[in-house]
Amino acid sequence: MLGIIAFVLVPLGLVVYFSFHEWNVLAGTFTFVGAENFERFFTDPKVAPVLQSTAIFSTGLVVLNIALALLLAVMLNRRSRAMIVYRTIFFSPVVVSLVAWTIVWSFLLQDNGGINALLATVGIEGPNWLREGPTAMAAVIVVQVFKNVGLNMILFLAALQGVPKELEEAARIDGAGARVLFTRISVPLISPTILLTFIITIVGSLQVFAQVAVLTQGGPGTSTTVLVYYLFQQAFLFGRFGYGSVLALVLFAIVLVLTVVQWQLRKKWVFYEN
Amino acid sequence: MRTDEAIARSKSSPLKKIIFFGALSLLAVPFVFPTWWMITSSLKPISDIFAFPPTLWPSDPTLKAYADVFVLQPFARQYFNSLYIAAVVTVGTMLVSSLAGYAFARIRFRGQNALFLVVLVGLLIPSEVTIVPLFQIFINLGLINTHWPLILVSTFGAPSVLATFIMRQFFISLPVELEEAARLDGLGRFAIWWRIAMPLAKTALAAVSIFTFLHIWNLYLEPTVYLLTPELFTLPQALTRYTDAYGGEMWNVQLAAATLTALPVLIVFVIAQKQFVEGLAQTGLKG
Repeated sequence: MLGIIAFVLVPLGLVVYFSFHEWNVLAGTFTFVGAENFERFFTDPKVAPVLQSTAIFSTGLVVLNIALALLLAVMLNRRSRAMIVYRTIFFSPVVVSLVAWTIVWSFLLQDNGGINALLATVGIEGPNWLREGPTAMAAVIVVQVFKNVGLNMILFLAALQGVPKELEEAARIDGAGARVLFTRISVPLISPTILLTFIITIVGSLQVFAQVAVLTQGGPGTSTTVLVYYLFQQAFLFGRFGYGSVLALVLFAIVLVLTVVQWQLRKKWVFYEN
Repeated sequence: MRTDEAIARSKSSPLKKIIFFGALSLLAVPFVFPTWWMITSSLKPISDIFAFPPTLWPSDPTLKAYADVFVLQPFARQYFNSLYIAAVVTVGTMLVSSLAGYAFARIRFRGQNALFLVVLVGLLIPSEVTIVPLFQIFINLGLINTHWPLILVSTFGAPSVLATFIMRQFFISLPVELEEAARLDGLGRFAIWWRIAMPLAKTALAAVSIFTFLHIWNLYLEPTVYLLTPELFTLPQALTRYTDAYGGEMWNVQLAAATLTALPVLIVFVIAQKQFVEGLAQTGLKG
């Protein structure tokens, strides 16, 4: 018993220590340089574009990811051998090393890479994907969606299989089509899972780093510089640790606000809780 | 059987079936093609790598790039680094999270709720938020450019907090009666945990180990911050360092290294995909 308490308290103590240390460092910088880092945050002309990139990335990722995951889950919600093969295929990028996956896509998206070569064979001249603002952002989003959509798909699939068959059959007898079945029966019944994956995906999207570092290094300009990448640049490339801490706090504040908002929405949005 | 009938009814016409599988297969392309392209391109000589029209199979396969992988960087060493860090952290996380999760689920102690609140707050803090203070702590401890930051932070930090939460939810769902019976038989708290609760927690533990392994295997920001010399690098870091003197990517070598990194895990996954997928799905539902 004592051993367990010790084992429990040590890691938790460390978690507490780590989480409070952030504040200590900030307090330290606060007394040394006053509000300078915060002033810098509010006068830094790059902050607005960075926050904008972060918002675009997270919105794009969450919408695409959840929509595609739902679509795949509904399509695969059948009992047959072929479905297991497809499930394995859609899930497989989840287990591929993130940087390896990103490097292959970077290779594919080069100006003379596989995708443009493919487009050229049908007579289309593709853009230099990673060197133009809008396509660079789209590329970072899409590469990440393909990487991780399988995980959400699996969660949705498990939830869909928990929907009682009787409900669907009753609705079908009442003359409901596939679309009505989906929007009126399936989605409300799996809404707790949708909300959960929504939260996980949105918080995860705010942490994106490797993809940006490998695909675009935040460029061109700041068009793909998301908050964590900017934090890394400021703190570890430019040595502005105090400013980096402010950016870290902003990240934490965003996550906190989003979570609280989702917690509130949950009462209205989620059909039932099990 | 009933579902099969349902399929038969809803997908009765062969045309519908063809459209359905066609759409699925089309959707599968971006999930399969990159891996295929990675493997085949790594076997192409550098002159063919951007050849037009693109070829799906190298006309003149060569393992030159694979040899270069090991010449240009201490890749075997880096592979070992990644493997052993992942193993240590995964085992460590399983121990820490199951002990902590069990304590939260079963033992009443003072300040329990407050402590659990700390865990929940810990769930909310992305590890990127604490990286600056952690970096300063590890500088002070003289542990920069060692593997300790990666091991310690991962075992006691963010992924472990999530694992603790998952394990707590699992242990709560276990019936107490079994453990009561064991206690009457004279088993101590620790023995009950190890001999009764843990064997029952295999699926949850499997899910936790998969989550943790993938997390640590993919870690990129932390090694970039904490590690400086190539001998200490982990795989994700090493993969991005195959560049020529001008900083341009050496694509075939990079792709060969990426193949060596990705393929073993992929093969393990395909073999064990059932346990993999179902374990994750179950835990996801409970979390």
